[in-house]
Amino acid sequence: RLVPPSHSVSTPSDPRKNKMPFRRFVEIGRVALVNYGKEYGRLVVIVDVVDQNRALVDAPDMVRTQMNLKRLSLTDIKIDIKRVPKKKTLVEAMEAADVKNKWESSSWGRKLIVQKRRASLNDFDRFKIMLAKIKRAGIVRQELAKLKKESAA
Amino acid sequence: MAPKQRTPKVSRNPDLVRGVGKYSRSKMYHKRGLWAIKAKNGGVFPRHDAQPKAPPPAAKAPKFYPADDVKKPLVNKRKPKPTKLRASITPGTVLIILSGRFMGKRVVFLKQLSSGLLLVTGPFKINGVPLRRVNQSYVIATSTKVDISGLNVDKFDDKYFAKEVQKKKKKGEGEFFEAENEEKNVLPQEKKEEQKAVDTALIKSIEAVPDLKAYLAASSLQSFACYSLERGCT
Repeated sequence: RLVPPSHSVSTPSDPRKNKMPFRRFVEIGRVALVNYGKEYGRLVVIVDVVDQNRALVDAPDMVRTQMNLKRLSLTDIKIDIKRVPKKKTLVEAMEAADVKNKWESSSWGRKLIVQKRRASLNDFDRFKIMLAKIKRAGIVRQELAKLKKESAA
Repeated sequence: MAPKQRTPKVSRNPDLVRGVGKYSRSKMYHKRGLWAIKAKNGGVFPRHDAQPKAPPPAAKAPKFYPADDVKKPLVNKRKPKPTKLRASITPGTVLIILSGRFMGKRVVFLKQLSSGLLLVTGPFKINGVPLRRVNQSYVIATSTKVDISGLNVDKFDDKYFAKEVQKKKKKGEGEFFEAENEEKNVLPQEKKEEQKAVDTALIKSIEAVPDLKAYLAASSLQSFACYSLERGCT
């Protein structure tokens, strides 16, 4: 893909980065999702880089720790912080960038919320979903029948 | 005979070192007052001869001697404890019955009986399961609860479910075929009334929750997709 993406979130301002096929970079302020280990599923902010493989990460309700970059899945979201900010500063920056809402409205974030919801379903919940699916299918079929009739006429 | 209350034995001979008493044998003889006991009894220690026991009643020779020596079973003083109810099962929980006539039905749990079995009702109008006893092991407890506070189930116990004892009839040739037709088990009207009494209150609280009635009416056998090994069924 040689055409740069249209939405500005992932277009790096750095002109060198603009030409790369990578769009999400390990940088200070990058929001990432932990994909392995004890903190699995948590959104963290990269707050410093330790070396080639490890970064210092932090989150509002977590003790700041180092993590291997392999444990992190980078997201599109980036916040504006200096290297290793105080916890208070970090929280303020996250509020200012509205990380939570951006995440929950992104398609990735929404998918995870749905997955979590599905995993925590009750037997009764599953039954209600079955009824809802049947209802929805019925409505769709009705509309389809209507359209068929119109096109046949 | 109740045992006499004894004061705990206190030694009159304190230990100097473990195994070595402070007082000698002769001193202890004096301390224990054995001289006084002897003096009271005329210079000798009192003897307590065995009392003549009453002769045991003459037992008849048993009619039957077993051919081989029969081993006596060991004494068993174990008292069985009441079955522990799983923490997930509370009054009002919806249970899924796993075996028996009503396999797959979702029913409402009322209370645990003294035998350990669970008292359960469909309600009868919704899914055809009457007031019934069910073993805890053959049941999955869901996390769905029904409000059961208005219900009084105190009068149901194991005796309520006992089979009626049938008087043994002498089989006459002609009576044999007629008797078969007569002995149909009809549920007495009062049991039906009791079922209705329990169910009306229950159905009211069920209808308060949307879709719950349809849920109880449906059978879980139609959709076993939830029963995966790693997750089990909630």
